[in-house]
Amino acid sequence: MEARGATGELGRERGGAERRLPGWVLGVIPLLLIVAAVGAFAALDGPGLGERRGPLVEELAVERTELRPGVIELTVRNDGPDAVSIAQVIVNDAFVSFDGADEPIGRLESEQVVVRQPWIEGENYEIGLLTSTGATIAHAVEAAVQTPETDLSFYGLMALLGIYVGVIPVALGMLWLPWVRRIPPSWLRMVMALTVGLLAFLGIDATLEGLELAGQGSQAFGGAALVLIGAAVAYLSLTGVSAWLEGRRQRSERAGASGGSLALLIAVGIGLHNLGEGLAIGTAYATGALALGAFLVVGFALHNTTEGLAIVAPVARTGPSLGRLITLGLIAGGPAVLGAWIGASAFNTSVAAFLFGAGAGAIAQVIVQLMPTLRDDHGRTLHPRAVGGLLAGMALMFATGLLVSV
Amino acid sequence: MDQLTRRRLLAGGVPALGLGAAALHGAIGQPTATATAAAAAPGRAGDHGGGTAGHGGHASFRGGEVDHEANGFDPHEIVRDFDYGKTSKLPDGRTLREWTLSASEQEVEVAPGIKFPAWSFNGRIPGPTLRATEGDRLRIRFVNGGRHPHTMHFHGIHTAAMDGVAGLGAGEIAPGEETVYEFDAEPFGLHLYHCHVRPLAEHIAKGMYGTFIVDPKAGRPEADELVMVMNGFDTNFDRANEVYAVNTIGFAYMNRPIQVVRDELVRVYLVNALEYDLINSFHLHGNFFDYFPTGTSLKPTEFTDTVMQCQGQRGILEMRFPHTGKFMFHAHQSEFAELGWMSFFEVCEPGNRDALCRIEPRKEP
Ligand SMILES: [Cu+2]
Repeated sequence: MEARGATGELGRERGGAERRLPGWVLGVIPLLLIVAAVGAFAALDGPGLGERRGPLVEELAVERTELRPGVIELTVRNDGPDAVSIAQVIVNDAFVSFDGADEPIGRLESEQVVVRQPWIEGENYEIGLLTSTGATIAHAVEAAVQTPETDLSFYGLMALLGIYVGVIPVALGMLWLPWVRRIPPSWLRMVMALTVGLLAFLGIDATLEGLELAGQGSQAFGGAALVLIGAAVAYLSLTGVSAWLEGRRQRSERAGASGGSLALLIAVGIGLHNLGEGLAIGTAYATGALALGAFLVVGFALHNTTEGLAIVAPVARTGPSLGRLITLGLIAGGPAVLGAWIGASAFNTSVAAFLFGAGAGAIAQVIVQLMPTLRDDHGRTLHPRAVGGLLAGMALMFATGLLVSV
Repeated sequence: MDQLTRRRLLAGGVPALGLGAAALHGAIGQPTATATAAAAAPGRAGDHGGGTAGHGGHASFRGGEVDHEANGFDPHEIVRDFDYGKTSKLPDGRTLREWTLSASEQEVEVAPGIKFPAWSFNGRIPGPTLRATEGDRLRIRFVNGGRHPHTMHFHGIHTAAMDGVAGLGAGEIAPGEETVYEFDAEPFGLHLYHCHVRPLAEHIAKGMYGTFIVDPKAGRPEADELVMVMNGFDTNFDRANEVYAVNTIGFAYMNRPIQVVRDELVRVYLVNALEYDLINSFHLHGNFFDYFPTGTSLKPTEFTDTVMQCQGQRGILEMRFPHTGKFMFHAHQSEFAELGWMSFFEVCEPGNRDALCRIEPRKEP
């Protein structure tokens, strides 16, 4: 009896100590133990695992190439497990002098390599980075062209370009609002279906482009996974935002058309898409892959005009103020300017892949939100007019897309 | 960014489709002009990517020179290093020359900062320059200190058993084993030896070759003699060379030229041991030379400034420099030249070579 009593007292004592400790301490203790265990494992050099086998794995991704008079500048990132020393550089079968990368480049570190090469405009250059083990990391510069200096006038040009391909077309597309207001509900549903078709095309396009970029960039940051993560982040964020908007609306008024928040969501989704578009244009311009011309700008304008229609379709039955319409237009078109700036000055394939994924995720979320508006009086979503609208939307995007691709 | 798909953008030359309204066209006229000017700018700044900034003299390695001491050999020594072996007299009065060569594996810094896992004879690439006189008896003890089977296959006239190939005589020499190759030095001329174990290209490209000189009985005229083995290294194992050289280290004689004396006869024993490329060549600046293919005749076949050799081909070059100063010699395949096979002679006034030749400090490129 005595013994049992003592045990019971001990138990109570321990329970008391647990209760006395603040909750956060209990949360931190396992964390500290994990840190200690990992630290000990690393300090003891992985006891029991033995020597690392096999040769060094040397991987460098060239994230950015800039050409200036007499030099080719590469921004490389080590995306392999081992440090990489660039010992020599070969350009078109000749050793060349270069600056940078004096020390080994550690995992995930990035480094500028400035290669002195009297390059000739329009010609191709094959650059080989020779590592200390004699391995070659090849990088091709196709049709060399000088990288524009990123001064104020350059940013001005990029802003103008963003306005031409993003803001103005979206604004022009929004001019359909008065027409959309007058058409009967069955026709409006078809216009909404057209919008969904347009968005579906953009979503697929953004995904493919993101995956392609992810393939080029440093794989250490996730490669193709970045696109999917970006899509998930955007989808979930927008779902959260829309739920919040819905809750606010319900608190303030009785149930009614949720066209306003839908239009905002579409604007955000298209804005993310145009951010990617601006990114691609800015990068292409900075690397000389883009020849600006009237035809190109007109092509983009036509292509993006349809996006304006997509924004105004859900608000057709409400009476949005001019200020609200302008805000929606800027949210949808403005990011093209931002994208062009980022793309031209600090392009990073991993970031771009993530942003393209985010654009795709945003568009997917918007499509999910839009689908109920297609429903006809019988509750059908994919009725003939909706299907016609969807196909027409995709066809329209495909056709106008041809204007800006070769 | 050449992979813009849908946005792979039209690069001009597209007929205007009359799409743009006049107003829109007017609006975009301005930036288009600006962009065109910007695109044209690099062209104006000079066709060579804007000036001469990238020319910087000759192709060269970053970091100047390799660590010859760590490599265990120096091309500046190899170029004048002849190994006559341990000599003794045979009962019949002939000279017997004996060498011991051992195969080993070592890392060689073939360009500053680049280590190549090499195989070598006596720890150097090219292997020792074995030199004998026509009719001598030669006895080469070969010890395989490597981890792979090797042989020594001599170019020359000998019995099948002494040919140093698999299945004949001692055949392949296993790691830790040894053998003796014995034959007469014939014919006189410039030859080579190399390992002859498959895969052949790999055993040779890793460095298992050397020069074998058989002097004619009457000898050759007194000269400043040089050995140059043209070779290269495939550092990334793609069966194409990344680095080219004479005597292994690219640009070695650019940094420190080979000094010769004005009007003095210079004799170059030139051997092509290059793998993976079909041919190699030697071109001399500011001078011509007599060429003796394989060195088997005392009469030159050609007076030229450029010779071509395929794999295993070799020949003797004889020249006198009438002018002092620095004269380049290099492969006339520009690619090989700029990947390392580029060198300088520095011609000095007669007299003391070192005192009269100004040795320029090795400077960083
Ligand atoms: Cu061998």
